[in-house]
Amino acid sequence: MSAAMTAADSDHAIRAAIHATWRVVQPRLLATLSRMLRDVPLAEELTQDALVAALEVWPRNGVPDNPGAWLVVTAKRRALDHLRRVKMLSRKQEQLVHDLMQEQDAMPDLDSALDDDIGDEWLRLIFTACHPLLPRQARAALALRMICGLTTEEIARAFLVTEAAVTQRIVRAKRTLAQSGLAYETPSGEALSERLASVLEVIYLIFNEGYAASRGEEWLRPQLCDEALRMGRVLLGIAPLEGEVHGLMALMELNAARTQARTDLDGEPVLLMDQDRRLWDRLQIGRGLRALARARELGAAGRFYTLQAAIVACHADAETAEATDWRRIAELYGELSALVRSPVIELNRAVALGMAEGPQAGLDLVELIADEPTLKAYHHLPAVRGDFLQKLGRLAEARESFESAARLATNARERALMERRAAATADSGGAL
Amino acid sequence: MRFMYIVTSSQPMVGPSPALMEAMQTISEREIKAGRMIDNGGLMPLATGARVRILDGELSVIDGPFVEAKEVIGGYAVFELRDKAEALAMAKEFMQLHLDHMPGWDGTCEVRAFATAGTEGACQIDARSRAAALA
Repeated sequence: MSAAMTAADSDHAIRAAIHATWRVVQPRLLATLSRMLRDVPLAEELTQDALVAALEVWPRNGVPDNPGAWLVVTAKRRALDHLRRVKMLSRKQEQLVHDLMQEQDAMPDLDSALDDDIGDEWLRLIFTACHPLLPRQARAALALRMICGLTTEEIARAFLVTEAAVTQRIVRAKRTLAQSGLAYETPSGEALSERLASVLEVIYLIFNEGYAASRGEEWLRPQLCDEALRMGRVLLGIAPLEGEVHGLMALMELNAARTQARTDLDGEPVLLMDQDRRLWDRLQIGRGLRALARARELGAAGRFYTLQAAIVACHADAETAEATDWRRIAELYGELSALVRSPVIELNRAVALGMAEGPQAGLDLVELIADEPTLKAYHHLPAVRGDFLQKLGRLAEARESFESAARLATNARERALMERRAAATADSGGAL
Repeated sequence: MRFMYIVTSSQPMVGPSPALMEAMQTISEREIKAGRMIDNGGLMPLATGARVRILDGELSVIDGPFVEAKEVIGGYAVFELRDKAEALAMAKEFMQLHLDHMPGWDGTCEVRAFATAGTEGACQIDARSRAAALA
């Protein structure tokens, strides 16, 4: 046991506890305020204000017995202040001011009830945050704040931008929503299905932000994957019969399951085929596979996220790297390619084809897409080509390819790897 | 982080009161919709259960009811939460329901994190060491 906590430690612990208490209440608080004010952006603001107030007052006076009640009373008081400042209140707003003032006069406990039934409101919140009118980064920030209860600071750290940048994104987004009359609307029916795509897109963006960045520098980054998974679960509660939601969950669970194996003890990245599969989270893989099965049951087998999940599932199903069903993976990439015309997907298909049918088959496909403009600066193209050429014994050409890849590489580690591979063509005289 | 809540009591369980049942139902629905509760369940009374026990190298099957009035598990819940602080705050909410709707009841909610390869202080050997040992 360490020595007694310093004042700073103790202060940090208190803030963490307050923050945790607020987070537990946050869904109900936001739903209650949203319903009451009929204004999602305002409700969201007041929810965060309530946290700030708690952080100011509770360290002095202690955490109240009923923290939820305290938070909602505080938020309502601020709502009243806000409404009073707004000129030209609508009739509804005037009524609201009247009601809130009456509450203020009455015992504070009377109307500090929090709505437990958050369902309808949750639908409204997530679809508002992910409205296609808003830029994708703004959608992500709003969704993380409202659905996952992240603070601006936490979002800034997660995306490696300044707090000011996040604040600005959110302010602009709220303005757009207000100006477009979207402060309190609910998509339903067909509109819901259409809008679903923009929600899935945001969740996937957040997941990839956490997933691609899990190099151990920023502790919050792998946590972004957890936040994305949580949002997925929220969406499942709202749209349980949408196959693609299960497909996205599957994709995320199956990818996240490999987290522990993706870096070695020095923090260097380990490629999937080189990973120690004993470090894969089998429980999470189980969840992912079940979600994939459900997605298929619901008819989403050939759709964007479900297809990608199916590809990752092929890896999860393989006991060892050698046991991987590359033929199946190549087929799935083929389906994905037909769905979304993308040279990057074709390149991935080439890799799978190379593994399934030999390097010549892979190389043939690579040559077909080599001139795609979108792949011009994509270092994986010459890297993959170099690999096939090496396996075919065409060493001088392989070296050229790897050197080309090294020049295009986007970070030092990748560049070094490509340079090593280029050098190795001279030494080995054959496949690595 | 995934946590399991295990609720135990040393008092004879007549089962949760209807008021508690309703309150638990409400909190469960809310927390499932919020994407935090993964699973939950109440367990049938110990008397209806059975035990498979190993003692002195011998395995035996014992059908309920059981004589000892030890701490009995009444139910469990599984949550996916940010950290231990959040898990404790949630557990307090959970237990407050018991206080509100079943006054006079004494019991414990044990909060345990699921073990993963990266979890510090996991009682299982760290997965990497295990992998190294197997290599």
